[in-house]
Amino acid sequence: MSLQVLDRQIDGSFDVERIREDFPALAQTVRGRPLVYLDNAATTQKPLHVLDAMRRFYTEDNANIHRGVHSLSQRATDAYECARCVVRRFMNAPDNREIIYVRGTTEAINLVASSYGSIALGPGREVLVTELEHHANIVPWQMACERFGATLRVVPITDEGELRLDTLAGMLSSKTAIVAVGHASNALGTVNPIREICRMAHEAGAAVLVDGAQAAGHLPVDVQSLGCDFYAFSGHKALGPTGIGVLWGRMSLLEQMPPYQGGGDMIRTVSFEKTTYSDVPGKFEAGTPHIAGVIGLGAALEYLMACDRVAMEAHERDLLQYATERLSAINGLTVVGTAPNKIGIVSFVMDAAHPHDIGTIADLQGVAIRTGHHCAMPLMKRLCLPATARASFALYNTRAEVDALADALERVHGLFSGG
Amino acid sequence: MSEFSELYQEVILDHNRRPRNFRVIEHPDGSAVGHNPLCGDEITVYVDMDGDAVRDVTFQGAGCAISKASASMMTEAIRGKSRDEVIRLFDEFHRMVTDDPSALPDVERMGKLAAFSGVCEFPARVKCASLAWHTLLAAIKDGKGIVTTE
Ligand SMILES: Cc1ncc(COP(=O)(O)O)c(C=O)c1O
Repeated sequence: MSLQVLDRQIDGSFDVERIREDFPALAQTVRGRPLVYLDNAATTQKPLHVLDAMRRFYTEDNANIHRGVHSLSQRATDAYECARCVVRRFMNAPDNREIIYVRGTTEAINLVASSYGSIALGPGREVLVTELEHHANIVPWQMACERFGATLRVVPITDEGELRLDTLAGMLSSKTAIVAVGHASNALGTVNPIREICRMAHEAGAAVLVDGAQAAGHLPVDVQSLGCDFYAFSGHKALGPTGIGVLWGRMSLLEQMPPYQGGGDMIRTVSFEKTTYSDVPGKFEAGTPHIAGVIGLGAALEYLMACDRVAMEAHERDLLQYATERLSAINGLTVVGTAPNKIGIVSFVMDAAHPHDIGTIADLQGVAIRTGHHCAMPLMKRLCLPATARASFALYNTRAEVDALADALERVHGLFSGG
Repeated sequence: MSEFSELYQEVILDHNRRPRNFRVIEHPDGSAVGHNPLCGDEITVYVDMDGDAVRDVTFQGAGCAISKASASMMTEAIRGKSRDEVIRLFDEFHRMVTDDPSALPDVERMGKLAAFSGVCEFPARVKCASLAWHTLLAAIKDGKGIVTTE
């Protein structure tokens, strides 16, 4: 089954209808209408390839990993470590050992803020974040700055939702320890110029953490070409299961960093006098990990890599462009976030209707979108908006689904502007 | 529009478009701010009391149609009522928006507020419908306060 899925992805051109068949959750009705799932920035649906891999693990290989001498434990360990190679290939990381499994982007950033923060931050040192960031790339840094006596500074954006690189240049100095920036914004879709930012930060002697939560399922992720020092993403936004994610870090930094959590698996020897720690990545993987999640993540990234990536990106760009056109034509609708370089995310507000009402009325027509502050309250404040409605696309969405969204929004306009 | 009318009844749309008692009371006997952090709704409720009875009640703020209409219709429903009557009405209102959809509201006691009975089919919207009421209770109980739906 899985190979068949993969084979035809490899061979064939990018055929959305056939891709949709791999995602069983898409084939359902909601409130009597065919589901139109446009909340992919929150989490994507999962292909059978992932579900089958996880089921196969639990039905055939389930055992705890490492240290086990029995066959199942060996198979589980192999599958777990094999997935690390898949992740390495997916991110073009230099070394398997630089791939650290975590719960998700949030845990990855907390790990870096806490562990790297303890060696890089202190009084007089600064962390730079941006106005675009998700709370997951703000709050851990606030906590670390408080703990280590460092200062948090915020890089501003333009009204279109682009980072002000000129201002960033002026903010960087020998005091800057860390620049933490999203690869792509979950609220507006803006893709940030990561290579440029890394070059600027490195000139100032700062390390760069990239929050790749929104990029991993949609853009090429090549940590060597990006030039960053840490890269974090969540499996569940890239066709994989929830509860598993990845932190990639440069070996030279990971080696210097103290462990994040203590427990089993992360130690070499334990005595009450002195405990010694495992090498990277074991040092950062305390306790029994989400083994089935790792296997599902590996399967998800295999699936993505087997797709024609160029065609997939072109398809998502087409959806973005088409949705931007269709939605902009609706009376009283304003698209929020108009940076030239975006992933498939359209945030918008409507004159007559609050985002919350837009979301409910869309749902009544089977269209799933997200409404609210998108875990980016400082960004909403910057834009002077309490909330937006957001449609976000993935490889399996279609122009017909954009039409369904536009129709639903026309109904919203009719209902609320009518008198 | 019939498929939306369960929730977005004409009376709700009307109060959303033209909220009643949408003004500030200077030097009120009580006021409170209510937040719904989930959707960014924020409202302030002002009350003036005449002994134990609500003499005047108004609100200000921004929010979705459900929360705005609920606030507007609440101000109309509770004017002249005693604190106990307000609390009893809210209990009933709350049961109506959270209960089994088949439990029909007592239209006689609920009056226009019965328009919100459709909310119970939309659990994500219960907080929108009850925000103004929670805020009102804080205003008439303590005279001031901040409440949140979270
Ligand atoms: C840009 C961004 N960063 C971080 C996160 C947090 O990801 P997770 O909740 O999977 O840890 C998200 C998810 O919403 C996100 O969109």
